[in-house]
Amino acid sequence: MASYILEGTPKTPSVLFDDSTGRLELKGRSIPENSIEFYKPLIDWIDRYARDPRPSSILHVQLEYFNTSSSKCILDLFKKLELVRGTGNEVTVLWHYEADDEDMLEAGEDYQAIINIPFKMIQIEEVDGK
Amino acid sequence: MLSFKGTLTAELITALLGLVERKLDLLEPQAQVRKRVFNVVMECLQNLFHHTRADEAEADEEGVVVIARTDMGFSVLTGNYMDPASVEQLRAHLDRVNALDPEGLRDLYKNKLADGRYSPVGGGGLGIIDIARRSGRKLEYGFVPHDARRTFFSLNVNVPS
Repeated sequence: MASYILEGTPKTPSVLFDDSTGRLELKGRSIPENSIEFYKPLIDWIDRYARDPRPSSILHVQLEYFNTSSSKCILDLFKKLELVRGTGNEVTVLWHYEADDEDMLEAGEDYQAIINIPFKMIQIEEVDGK
Repeated sequence: MLSFKGTLTAELITALLGLVERKLDLLEPQAQVRKRVFNVVMECLQNLFHHTRADEAEADEEGVVVIARTDMGFSVLTGNYMDPASVEQLRAHLDRVNALDPEGLRDLYKNKLADGRYSPVGGGGLGIIDIARRSGRKLEYGFVPHDARRTFFSLNVNVPS
């Protein structure tokens, strides 16, 4: 399968899903009016990746903003990664939040409470590519 | 700070958010407050977008948004016409949200997110809870019956600075 790469826009994050390394990245802003349209190909990609994943996968989430429409889609993405973990592979989510953004830290903790994947909370100065 | 009346498109929301962001950079020194106001404006505009469809909107049925600086911080006021049949459900949701403290709101958000029934297309379920969490204040709202098929809904969200 091929890597999935998308440039960021003012309303959608940059995406870099690399099946050869197991490194998955979501960076920027996720505030589209129609989140399903944006996330469906990402979720489908992870679905295919789950059939033959790397032994260790790391999802880097580095979002400055996301809307409630995206929040459900992001949950669906995590759920697909739960399946990867369920077949004995290592999966980690690195949840980045800006030092002055307590709300984004809480949002990460909310997902952590719902999803059965180890999360690491990482404080950063500023989201890349702003 | 900004007011708008009309039919929203995705492009227009992008432009309005860009404008709000630039104004907030000038007006508000605290990054967390800037982000909370931006988030509330975004959710409110997208609520309007999802609940006033361009193909149905008549000239007098457009949504309105007013973003203002207040003594305590910022106010984000939106208004739109809605189906009177949905008023009681929305009122119950708003009252439920207003009755909760921050921990209660957080639990409700997590439960709604996890229950799998929420539609990402909108519907105000998660949106209203998120807005209330960012605001930290009670949501102010009103319903004014217009005619048999339209009620005007207004929502004012205060974001303290």
